Parts: sequence; C-alpha cells; structure tokens
Amino acid sequence: MNCNQFPDSALKYAILTAGDFTRPIENQFCTNEDFASSHFFHMPFALDNLDILAKRMLLALQEYTLFCWQSVINLFRTPHYWPDILTQCDLIGVGSLPIVVLTGFFTGGVLALQSAASLAQFGAQAYTGRFVSLSMIRELAPVLTGLMVSGRNASGMASELGSMVVTEQIDAMRALGTDPMKKLVTPRMLSTVVMLFLLTIVSDTVGTAGGSAVAVFISHQNGTQYYTSAYQALGYDDIAQGLTKPLFFGFIIATVGCFFGMKTTGGTQGVGRATTQAVVVSSVLIIFCDFILSRALLWLYSGI
Amino acid sequence: MPEPNHAQNQAERDSAIAVETEPVVLFENVSVRFDGPPVLEDVSFGVAPGETRVLLGPAGVGKSVLLKLANGLLRPDSGRIFLFGKEITAMPEEELLRLRIRTGMVFQEGALFDSLTVRDNVGYQLMERHLPVAEIDQRVQEALRFVELEHTYEMLPASLSGGMRRRVAIARAIIDKPELLLYDSPTGGLDPVTSTTIIELIIKERDVYRTPSLLVTHRLQDAFTMVSHRYDTATDKMVPLTDHQTKTNTSFLVLHQGKLIFDGSTDALVSSQDPFLKEFLA
Repeated sequence: MNCNQFPDSALKYAILTAGDFTRPIENQFCTNEDFASSHFFHMPFALDNLDILAKRMLLALQEYTLFCWQSVINLFRTPHYWPDILTQCDLIGVGSLPIVVLTGFFTGGVLALQSAASLAQFGAQAYTGRFVSLSMIRELAPVLTGLMVSGRNASGMASELGSMVVTEQIDAMRALGTDPMKKLVTPRMLSTVVMLFLLTIVSDTVGTAGGSAVAVFISHQNGTQYYTSAYQALGYDDIAQGLTKPLFFGFIIATVGCFFGMKTTGGTQGVGRATTQAVVVSSVLIIFCDFILSRALLWLYSGI
Repeated sequence: MPEPNHAQNQAERDSAIAVETEPVVLFENVSVRFDGPPVLEDVSFGVAPGETRVLLGPAGVGKSVLLKLANGLLRPDSGRIFLFGKEITAMPEEELLRLRIRTGMVFQEGALFDSLTVRDNVGYQLMERHLPVAEIDQRVQEALRFVELEHTYEMLPASLSGGMRRRVAIARAIIDKPELLLYDSPTGGLDPVTSTTIIELIIKERDVYRTPSLLVTHRLQDAFTMVSHRYDTATDKMVPLTDHQTKTNTSFLVLHQGKLIFDGSTDALVSSQDPFLKEFLA
C-alpha cells in the first residue's frame, strides 16, 4: 500500500492529530519506505528543516555579535599584541596595495571613459573630473577596495584560523594561557580597519589619476581643467562619507573572516567551506552596509 | 601565649598536609554531550599529587574530551571539575587562562604552531611573559636537551618527523615546570620504535620531575610499559622494574561507552572479571 494513494486519509489524520501524526500514519497506511517516499509527508519535514535553519541562523547571529563585541572590548584589555598588529598591517595593507592600485586606476579610467561620452552629448565634457572624483571618493573607492580586500584577506583569515582550529593549534594556544581572541582576532580587526582606511585614500587618489589619464590621453581634455573640476566639486562631507565607510567595511572583513575561521569544523573540507563562506558573507555584508551607511550619511551631512 | 601559637602552627601544618594531599584534578559526576548520545556520563575520579593516571579505552570513547575537560578547554553539561582545588566548571575564560599556565598539555598530533620555529614553539609561554631573550634561549635549550632534540632549535615544525613533533610538544609542555601534565594519545599514529622513545620520555618526566599527569592512550603496550619500567638516571635510560619493585604512583582508568568502568591499580585491572575489560586486555 502506498501512502501517495491516500493523501486525503492522511490529511484528515494529520489534522486530527495536530502535528503528531508521523508514526501513527506510518503504522496505519504504509511501510517505512513508502512513508519516506511520500511527497505529502515531506512537507512537515521541510518545515522542520526551515525551523532548524532559522534557529541556527539566529544562533550564528548571536555568536557573531558576541564575537564582534569581544574583539572590540579586547582593545581596552591587556595584553596588547603590538608586533602582531604591525605584522597584520603589513600583510593586509601593504600586501593588498597592488590590487587596490590596479582596481582604483582602471575604475577611475572607465568612469572617465563612460562619463566623457555621455557628458559630451550635453556639451558638458568639462565636468568629467567632477563626475569621476565624486563617484570614486563617495562610493566606488570604499566599496571596491572593501570587496578587493575582502576577497584577499577575509579568505586568508578564515583559512589560516580554520587550519589552526582543525590542527588544534587554537586549543594549544588556550592551553598555554593565551586568549586567541586577543592574540589573533583583535590584531586582525584593528589592522584591517586602519589599513582599509588608508587603502581607500590610495584608491581615491589613483582612481582620480586614472580618470585624468583617460580624460587627457583618450578624450583629449585639458588636465588642469579636469583636476580643477574634480577639486572644486568635492566638499568635506563627500570626503567624510567616503572615509567613514572603510571603517565599517574593515570591521566586517576582519570579524567575518575570523569568525568563520574560528568556527571551522570538519577538517580540511571544513576549512575550504569556511573560506568560501567568509568571502561570500563579507562581500554581501559590505554591499548591504554600504546602502545603509549611504542613507545614514546622506541624512547626516545633507539632510536628505 | 604558647598554646594559641602551638594550635596555630598545628592548623597551618594540617592545612599544608591537606593542600599536599588535595587532588590536582578532581571530576565529580561529570557528564557531557554534543549532538547525540552522551560522550561522558557520570564520570568521577581524581589525580593525586605525584600520581600518574593512564586513561585507557577504545578509539572514539571520549578520552580526548575528558582530557580537555580537565583544563577547561571544554565545559561539562553537568557535574563539577576541580583543578588545583578550584572549581573550573563555570570559571570565566580569563581566570581559566591564568590557571592553565600551571598545566602542560601534549596534543594528539603535537599541535605545534606551524608558522613559528621550534625555538619559538617551545619558548612560547616564556615569550608571552616577556622574559629576557637570553633566559628564554637557555630554557628552550634545556627543554630540547630533555627530549634530545637540541639540533632542531631553528627548524620549522613542517621539517620535523611525526615523532620529533611529539617530542617538541613535550618540550613545550614541560618548559615552564607545570604542576600537571596532560598527554593526549602521545604515541598515536607512530611506529613502535618512536612510540617507545616517547613513552621513555614520559617515564623520564614522571620519575625525574614527579609531575602529576593524566595520560590518554588506546595502546595497552604503552600503558603497561609505563607501569613496568622506571627511569634510571645513572644510565639515562628506562629500565624494567625488578620483581620486588612496584610503581605505586601509576594507576589506570578505563572508559567504555562514556562511562568510567575501572579506576584502580595494575593488579586490580589485570585480575578484573569485567567482560569488557577481559576482552580489552586480551
């Protein structure tokens, strides 16, 4: 007897027993195999899974919040690992410099290329510098630098810490009396926040320079005009907006990377999974946070 | 007023004796579970000062979990654990870190920091305390001499063999003269000759420094080597005990299906009529 042949009977019984219907129906109508293969009975299991998934997500959010809190509060607790902070600054900041310079330069260039063509239709090609500098400084440099550093460093942190977890190095560190949060997480968090701020300034600069290269050599505009337009368009609020964002993005990159690393389970496969999750989650969070921050900063500085 | 002084001195002496005989580690009805059935259920035992306890049991029975509970790396679901007389069951991590400095732990695969040299691995605890470099170097050399690996001083863990890594891990555990040593399957995955070298080091540590220890293993031959040998400082080797010599400071614990089914001496273990123990020892 197949359960799929009796969906109505099963439905009535399910309603009568108000949820606790799995075993009785199995006993009455079908064998274990039939019961398991019934599409009808997959529904409650799917809902159960959804329930478990929601609980897991909520638990992960709670753990992440506590993790972030601990990483921040450790800034005010001894011991401070200054050599580790400097090492991380070198790895994260100096190590990411080439990709940030290349990304910034070509993004500025492409902005100039696209905007010059559009602005020329209105005879406003002279505003190319203004367009490039505003776009780069307010939005593109922080976000693109954040995404680039996320791809490079969130993955690096997750895989490094994940490997340490699966080889019991984190437990060994705790057994030797060192707090891994203080020794590994807080230095990475502080270094990423500081270095992403500085890398964004670099990206702003080379982006504007990339735009000027395109404006001068391809669109045959006047270089002085480009820079004058770019300079005059910028207000302190634009710069403040552009330099507030990397502080948040840096925090997201480091905490997400370290969080997934420290929560790694399941050997080398788990390390790979943690690495992928760290990059995906930090990238999505950066974009999401960018939207929220843009809205908040526009309201704060311009009252919009 | 001689009488109160006398009474006070007596009380101090009693207190000193109590501290001396107080277990270094004490488990009271400890249970722990992760997802699924309990890993450990109602486990109670103690490790007395100067005592070595060998924890036996088949693979996957919860021996490593028990060891990690002993120094607070894991927390029990119920029951109480005392380390150096202080309850650590719900102790904050900050306090636990300070207490753990007094213990040494050798992990299953060594768990050496792979980005640090042998010198930095062994001297890690001393570097954390910002001791002078010369003192760290000297003590690292001493610890490496103890495990006969002085030549690996500048090497990275990746260039060491499995057995050498365990020996470096032992050096790292003993460098700061711990008051308790925890060995997590120190011979697991090693060939018989290397295993004997590691066990010889553990016996040397036991007989030279007399540090209380808890050793986890599933290898019976290692456990019986420990109770049937002593370290001879004259020849710098482990030698079998003669017929009339017995090592009373080494005893056994056996875990089976999450429960502690045996706690006692070698003689009691060998003469046990428990069906599982008879099969396990056969």
